[in-house]
Amino acid sequence: MSENLIPLEQLQKTCLYDSHVALGAKMSPFAGFMMPIQYDSITVEHNAVRQKVGMFDVSHMGEIFVKGPEAEAFINHIFTNDIRGYEPGKVLYGMMCYPDGGTVDDLLVYREYLANHFLLVVNAANIDKDFDWIQEHAKGFDCKLDNASPRIGQIALQGPEAEKTIIEVLGYKEAADLGFYTFCDVEYNGERLILSRTGYTGEDGFELYTTNENIVEIWDKFLKAGVQPCGLGCRDTLRFEAGLPLYGDELSPEISPVMAGLGMFCKYEKDFIGKETLLDQKAGNLEKKLVGIEIEDKAIPRAGYPVETPEGEEVGVVTTGYHSISLDKSICFALVKKEYSALDTPLCIRIRKKVFPGKVVKKRFYQTNYKK
Amino acid sequence: MSKILDELKYSESHEWVKVEGNIAYVGVTDFAQKEMGDITYVDMPEEGDDVLAGEEFGALESVKASSELISPVSGTVVLVNAELEDAPEKVNEDAYGAWIIKVEMSMPSELDKLMDAAAYKKMIGE
Repeated sequence: MSENLIPLEQLQKTCLYDSHVALGAKMSPFAGFMMPIQYDSITVEHNAVRQKVGMFDVSHMGEIFVKGPEAEAFINHIFTNDIRGYEPGKVLYGMMCYPDGGTVDDLLVYREYLANHFLLVVNAANIDKDFDWIQEHAKGFDCKLDNASPRIGQIALQGPEAEKTIIEVLGYKEAADLGFYTFCDVEYNGERLILSRTGYTGEDGFELYTTNENIVEIWDKFLKAGVQPCGLGCRDTLRFEAGLPLYGDELSPEISPVMAGLGMFCKYEKDFIGKETLLDQKAGNLEKKLVGIEIEDKAIPRAGYPVETPEGEEVGVVTTGYHSISLDKSICFALVKKEYSALDTPLCIRIRKKVFPGKVVKKRFYQTNYKK
Repeated sequence: MSKILDELKYSESHEWVKVEGNIAYVGVTDFAQKEMGDITYVDMPEEGDDVLAGEEFGALESVKASSELISPVSGTVVLVNAELEDAPEKVNEDAYGAWIIKVEMSMPSELDKLMDAAAYKKMIGE
């Protein structure tokens, strides 16, 4: 990955860096930041989120505020999903695309309680690229942009006990009333805290956005309450099992939302950049599709390994793969020629010198447990 | 501190060798298993396969990464540790008990190129 090219001294630190080091986390560069990969074992952290509650430092993520009379029209112009008609407090997932359908980024759009105010939450690795893209396309729209990423920290509190933990530790009873993909504004130390019922694990949970100083305090409170700190290692195993894409692996300038099987987040009743190409792909004019593959062995299909037909023809490549912690199966996402993308199609993965038979399965490997 | 046994030979790629006459047992060191974390799969050769010193003969997989196993000796695999197929965590629990392959050496003189315990201890810098 490209972060290896960034000199160590130029890597950014989140507001929680000192805490990670004090906890003895294994640290590694990710998206230009020095981030915790694991504190304990990936398996222990993964299971904490599935069974109880765990927390992630996701302060590296980018926050961009958009406001103004034409903010809604502007966002709908660059966003694949349709933000019109939703109440304040709604969160929508979708992508920004290039005219050729390739993905600029996947992101969340928050419809704020103040009229004509929105928050975009983007991937850390793409903050600069996204902000440039957004600025360039905002020309001609009456709206103001603010890249607040350095000022805002974020904790993701995830797992079946997340709601209980928020209420017990921080006292936000409002948490109980939030549905999945909605948020409310609360106060912490007299400052705004966005309490959002969202996440990237396949479990119920919350994402908390507030000032860096507040985030440090809240992290310590959760630690004292016994919440398991979780690193990026299990963030990846969790999101993968839940069938969620990672930008750079399952979405990229070469992989469109339609290729990635995310067409449900593209709404064609409105215009947006990339719409024509995506419609064309939706109609069947595409070469590759993202699939799930399960193999009949404990060997692990890793990103970059070739996907072959039983006859030995190479028809694709693995994008993410694990021996799933929650399901005890070797599974992967792979980008394959569309002729081989139907469920139950026999496909094999070449792992080093051996070929392991398997078949196409649904990408949501794990039954998610979101708040209704 | 990683455990290092005096009676074994060590390779730069963190395999250990236990020699019994013409037979070599090969595993990975305690240092290596700690670096890998929870091992979830051991990719082993078949009995009867030939291995070459310095060449890959299999791999260890943890949740996050895979790491090639490099044979410290040349010869024929006479036995693989089938116990590791169902219990790869044995490598974490007892790195020196969990041998991976048993090799009948074709060139025992290759053992001279390997490190003794003191040299390996120096290499890992503990």
